[in-house]
Amino acid sequence: MEAIVLQVLNGLDKGSAYALIALGLTLIFGTLGVVNFAHGALFMIGAFCAVTLSRLLTLSHIVIDETQKDFLGNARKVEVPYIYDIFGEAAGNVIIDWAVPISIIVAIPVMMAIGVAIERGLIKHFYKRPHADQILVTFGLAIVLQEIIKYFYGANPIPTPAPDAFRGSFDFGAALGFDPNVIIYPYWRLVYFGFAAIIISAVFAFLQFTTFGMVVRAGMADRETVGLLGINIDRRFTIMFGLAAAVAGLAGVMYTPINSPNYHMGMDFLVLSFVVVVVGGMGSLVGAVLAGFLLGILESIASMGAVLAVLPGINQIILYLVAIIILLTRPRGLMGRAGVMED
Amino acid sequence: MSVNENTHQDEDRGFQSGMPNSVLHIDDVHKSFAGLHALSDVDLDVREGETHAIIGPNGAGKSTLLNVCVGRLKPDRGAVVFDGEVLTGKSPHEINQLGVARVFQTPEVFPDLTVLENVMVPALSNRDGHFTLNPFKRFSAERQLREEAEHVLESVGLTAQLTDLSSSMSRGDKRRLELAMGLIQKPRLLLLDEPTAGMARADTNATIDLLKQIKEGGMTKVIIEHDMHVVFSLADRISVLAGGRIIAQGTPEEIKVNPKVKEAYLGEEQV
Amino acid sequence: MLGLEKSDFRLLLLVIVLTLFAPFLLNPFPVDSTMAQFNAGYPDLMQRFVIFGIFAIGFNILFGLTGYLSFGHAAFLGAGSYAAIWMMKLLTMNVIPAIVLSIVVAGLFSLAVGFVSLRRSGIYFSILTLAFAQMSYSLAYSVLTPITGGETGLQPKIDDPRILDSVLAVGQQARANLFGLDMSTSHDLIVGGWAFTFNAGYYVAALLMVISFYISIRIFRSPFGLMLRAIKSNQNRLGYTGVSARPYTLAAFVISGMYAGLAGGLMVAMDTQAGAERMFWTASGEVVLMTILGGAGTLIGPVLGAGMIKYMENIVSKINSTVLEGWFAWMPEIIQDVVVAVVYPFVGKGWHLTLGLVFMLVVIFLPGGLMEGFRRISDRFFGGSRKTDNSTGGTTAPTAAE
Repeated sequence: MEAIVLQVLNGLDKGSAYALIALGLTLIFGTLGVVNFAHGALFMIGAFCAVTLSRLLTLSHIVIDETQKDFLGNARKVEVPYIYDIFGEAAGNVIIDWAVPISIIVAIPVMMAIGVAIERGLIKHFYKRPHADQILVTFGLAIVLQEIIKYFYGANPIPTPAPDAFRGSFDFGAALGFDPNVIIYPYWRLVYFGFAAIIISAVFAFLQFTTFGMVVRAGMADRETVGLLGINIDRRFTIMFGLAAAVAGLAGVMYTPINSPNYHMGMDFLVLSFVVVVVGGMGSLVGAVLAGFLLGILESIASMGAVLAVLPGINQIILYLVAIIILLTRPRGLMGRAGVMED
Repeated sequence: MSVNENTHQDEDRGFQSGMPNSVLHIDDVHKSFAGLHALSDVDLDVREGETHAIIGPNGAGKSTLLNVCVGRLKPDRGAVVFDGEVLTGKSPHEINQLGVARVFQTPEVFPDLTVLENVMVPALSNRDGHFTLNPFKRFSAERQLREEAEHVLESVGLTAQLTDLSSSMSRGDKRRLELAMGLIQKPRLLLLDEPTAGMARADTNATIDLLKQIKEGGMTKVIIEHDMHVVFSLADRISVLAGGRIIAQGTPEEIKVNPKVKEAYLGEEQV
Repeated sequence: MLGLEKSDFRLLLLVIVLTLFAPFLLNPFPVDSTMAQFNAGYPDLMQRFVIFGIFAIGFNILFGLTGYLSFGHAAFLGAGSYAAIWMMKLLTMNVIPAIVLSIVVAGLFSLAVGFVSLRRSGIYFSILTLAFAQMSYSLAYSVLTPITGGETGLQPKIDDPRILDSVLAVGQQARANLFGLDMSTSHDLIVGGWAFTFNAGYYVAALLMVISFYISIRIFRSPFGLMLRAIKSNQNRLGYTGVSARPYTLAAFVISGMYAGLAGGLMVAMDTQAGAERMFWTASGEVVLMTILGGAGTLIGPVLGAGMIKYMENIVSKINSTVLEGWFAWMPEIIQDVVVAVVYPFVGKGWHLTLGLVFMLVVIFLPGGLMEGFRRISDRFFGGSRKTDNSTGGTTAPTAAE
């Protein structure tokens, strides 16, 4: 029992990431009808927003500190982050410590801008091209974005820690009445899950309760009719692309403490996110989110020792297996609409 | 030749299904979309060798009926029987292989293939069946089929464009290509969905002449048409569809004087 | 000739001549010259050119003709590799049984995967093939380690049974051979400052590529090929002409899977090792890039694409900043620094960036790939009045044929 609870919890953070990426993919897909192979790259760029900010915050200049002497009695040269000069040492340290959460504020406009630029500059020209061309051009874009990041940040993963307050773990088992020290769960993963829940709710609320969202939803259902009503659906779709990019980027930002970001993390997640979208049902936002969490949990249950003893290696293939079975038995996925991308 | 033999057989079968010479028997077909009855209680017999026109106001269910016949739509109830074979539930290629060809209303050609190749596809399917693994056979060695295809293309007036890509053709030319793709198969039953819609008068007349020629060849045809000039030039019998039901059936002369038909068309076209 | 039209036969002859004289053509620079690093005529790379050429020719039969975009073809290449290495371990180091088995195994594997994947089309097909390939990769890495060697892969060992081969003498290594002709045998020809290497393995692979190319021409020009192109053009309509698309796509899928298997088997014949990384989805992505760069749906395009990518991977990737500085040394120093700084990200380790950019440009502006580019150039210079003949066999870009 404890083991299962633990695995469900473990599945939540990965599931959150899947759900966020799949949500963005589905937004793009449902509104623009474009299969975006560069979406994983957006997730990765989000992560590198956090890396960049934490580097910027620790950017230092050299100060001769008269209070510290080396063994020859000369004053030591000390690196002082610029941030100390502005906010003082104590506040500066807190800001540096909280680099990852602060990155959210930076990442939203950056990712929106990148998203809008990609849509206006590239995707726009591919609405009328075959789906294969859309896949190919975004695949090319993903390679390019990946290589740019690799050029500036190198190929190795860059550790980007969570704030001190969230380091360490929470004894879930004790809280739930199990034996202590059995179900231990890092705080940051809880934060990630909560964060994902907030973002997902916000996106849904936005689509549900704003006029903008209503138009977009109507456009997803029937683009031509909405276009005939004289509503400029294209501009709204551009903004949706920016929004989807921001969702992917935020998922990336907050994921950095869980997995040190590297330039190909996006591609790794992308393949699985497609699986999630397919299982959830192409074009269904609820389906994408549900399937994200479901598959995250499924994956982590499949990697339990007891399961592996019966079905060795199942943890490696469970997601693909589920996707294949779903595609063949329920071609529209769990909650997909009819006729989406079936040509 | 073979058509005559078939005529004989079908006479026997036709009598069994209660209609003389019936080759296509539509039996009590129902189809509704989201509660809207597109077709209800449609019974229709098409006789061997005749040209049977289906007319009716817009939204009467004509195209739905054709789609049910070729397997694009599945009826909610009822069946379509062609020459003793139940078509309902069969896939489009199986229905075509039985000898039912369809000419589409909006031209659906192969845009990336040349005009000649467009016609060669149905020609090959007619000869080789729904699948033949012949990756080493030479396409260029198919002289006989090619001649036939060129002949059919000549009859629809596309000789000059044999090697053009069909995507570069005008809409009217695409319709003629559609027709050629149907004719090359020498189907036992040809379903034509508004073959002259959008054509200029001269082209319409040319198409009528062409269809008349085939009529002499003994091919059974079902034709959906808006243009009454075309209908009365070609049809042996006419069925009138209104509101998803057949409201009248008979020879052109009978239909002309049928009061129900006049009522259905009131405010529409002049009969 | 050989059942080919004149223009196709000329193309085949050209390919034969190019592969035959590749050791000369790819080594145009004297050994001591500064340009020598652009020589691609060494056995390892020449083998790669033709092996990936085969892979791309096969992929093109599926994607170029039917338009079905598979993102999992590396799985068949990997399966072929494993089959070949096992043949070498168990039966003989002679490459023939290894290659034959690799084609058979990849064919059967692609039949199974294709049977399931082709129940869906479009993007779903792409994702299904991707899922199958990733699954194969994961399994090869983990559970199937007894068969695949897991992370270490498989190599011939001294104590392998090899029932047809005589026992190895002490210190002798098992080498891939063709009836005794060692695949790694090379003959160097030195003419003045130039050196040319003739490698047995290369010529075996090149022969197979020429045969593969010939078969692909025949497929393109057959009624079967016409049906495949019709599927790409309008699959829906095809049903109403009495043709069942599924068996045609499946046949194309299996044929391209067998090509991939042949490529995998040949890789083993050259380097006598097999590993799971050959199945990774980026390897599947690579053959997609090759085919589209060169020109999907054209006969020779995919081979060119394969050559271009392998050349970049092996030659462009070696250009480092020292080399760049050498090239631009004639410039004033400040300009030199700027130029080097601008060019540097695109070469050396950054060659992937160049590849990605070129690929994007091709997809955006030249959907018919390099072949379309060549055609546009030749149209411009020799007048655009040429008729739409069949010599390119259904290109992806309708504009090109107008």
